[in-house]
Amino acid sequence: MILLHAIPWAAALAGYWVFPEQLPLLSAIAIAALFAVSLDLIVGYAGLVTLGHAAFFGAGAYTAGILAQQGWGEPFSGLLAAAAVAALLGLISAPLVLRAGELAGLMVTLGLGLMLYEAANKAAAITGGADGLQGVEMWPIFGLYRFDLWGRTAYLYSLAVLFVLFMLARRLVASPFGWSLRAIRGNARRAPALGVPVKARLTAAYVIAAAYAGVAGGLLAQTTSFASLDALSFQRSADGLLMLVLGGLGSLYGALLGAVAFTVAHHALSEASPVFWQFWLGIALVALALAGQGGLFGLARAAISRLRGR
Amino acid sequence: MASAITVLLDGVAAGMLLFVLSVGLSVTLGLMNVVNLAHGAFGMLGGYVCVVLLNRLGVPFPLALLAAALAAAAIGFVLERLLYVHIYGRDHLTQVLFSIGLVFVMGAVADWLMGARTQLIQLPSWLSGRMEFAGIGLGRYRLFLIILCGLVALALHFGLVRTRFGARLRAAVDDGVVARGMGLPVGRIFSITFALGSGLAGLGGALGVEIFGLDPNFPLKYMVYFLVVVAVGGANSVAGPFLAALLLGVVDVAGKYWLPEVGAFIIYTAMVVLLLARPQGLLARAK
Repeated sequence: MILLHAIPWAAALAGYWVFPEQLPLLSAIAIAALFAVSLDLIVGYAGLVTLGHAAFFGAGAYTAGILAQQGWGEPFSGLLAAAAVAALLGLISAPLVLRAGELAGLMVTLGLGLMLYEAANKAAAITGGADGLQGVEMWPIFGLYRFDLWGRTAYLYSLAVLFVLFMLARRLVASPFGWSLRAIRGNARRAPALGVPVKARLTAAYVIAAAYAGVAGGLLAQTTSFASLDALSFQRSADGLLMLVLGGLGSLYGALLGAVAFTVAHHALSEASPVFWQFWLGIALVALALAGQGGLFGLARAAISRLRGR
Repeated sequence: MASAITVLLDGVAAGMLLFVLSVGLSVTLGLMNVVNLAHGAFGMLGGYVCVVLLNRLGVPFPLALLAAALAAAAIGFVLERLLYVHIYGRDHLTQVLFSIGLVFVMGAVADWLMGARTQLIQLPSWLSGRMEFAGIGLGRYRLFLIILCGLVALALHFGLVRTRFGARLRAAVDDGVVARGMGLPVGRIFSITFALGSGLAGLGGALGVEIFGLDPNFPLKYMVYFLVVVAVGGANSVAGPFLAALLLGVVDVAGKYWLPEVGAFIIYTAMVVLLLARPQGLLARAK
């Protein structure tokens, strides 16, 4: 069983030597994976659909970026700050989202995401507006490993952060807290009868997911030395949802798998033409929505259990 | 003072247009409880049909409008029968993904066929230019919009209140389960209403080329506006979405005119605040 867990991480690490030319792409995958894991915590486990998760990603990106731009380029404390700002935003917005009810809540997440986008767009003095945040300069990690031109340090750094947070998330969803989230998703009316404080648990999940997304955004800003409005866009929220559904909802490895498949497909197809990518992405979304939500991970799991003769 | 009135009238025109564009969505969301983020795609479709007919084939403007509405209604009907029926009753995430996918596909197709640039139309001479009325300048096209969309709203209102079909639709929106139990063909009512709503969106899209601009990004760019109209207006009347659309149009135009540095921020804030204050809609009866 431990071996099974080791395979994806060994493969990810092997990528460092196998694809030395593609390291920026691999970093992008690791960051997308962290974002997908964060989204899985609220959408997949707590059953709270959001259309504005990019708000936290972008908040983290701008926090880490601005910190480094203003002269504090230490990476880890930058990530912590990104997580803290995103978590604070999550704490402020969670009551609003939960209060509105299911359908209206969905639109509140959308509205809040767009508000933040528009605010960042207009506050050009701080964020650089549509041009993006220029002049982000990172210090070496531990004062030793500089961020190099080929993205070697960036990839190992992103992968390490992803690994630690992923393992933490695994502990989290296997804990009583994680099971209470699943109980809420399963039946939000019955959960209180079982003694689950629904609002408090959903708020906690929302804040944790926000912090995760903030770290992912911070990683993006640090490894690319750039933050732009793109990090806050509706497109990013939608992409995250697609990764989740592609990989399989409510399974953390599914989120990883979805992020890998999505990012690689994006890279390959939009090289041909962005319109081409958009078209096939749309087709995939429609097909996945109509076919149900096992995702790739669900298919793989079904195949394994069939092999075992169950 | 004249400028304030001009801005107000421009806002009313934009709001009327928004109403025609989004009234169909209020039925999708209200009746079938389907999160349909693809509604704007029907508006885009109508816009492109109008542009092609008007610019390339020289069809008169009123005929092009009619064709845009019919084309959007036809495509809406087909898509509803083929695809949308499968996502009724599914969870919101599925519906969100499905409709985002549909937007992407239709946007990509529009990009392929027509290119990514913003489309322009040449309005007929009887609709272009401005006229002075008691010292107030108002574009003729804006006036045309207000009259035409006002007529559409009136027709919809009386259709909903006075006709048998309207009564059935109201019953189905009010309580779909009971309506079904009373023998109303809720599915068929919905198909027809969906086609009608798509057709109106197509008409709105065609009328809006001049006001909102038209490019393959149109459905996503204005998605929030449509959702606000529906969320704020509620689903069970024509007056609710109509008022919401007018309010939105006036606030949006006034905001862009007087506070350009704040931009769309006002609209999003208004949306969130209204959603929190009145989650059932502006005119909803207390339950």
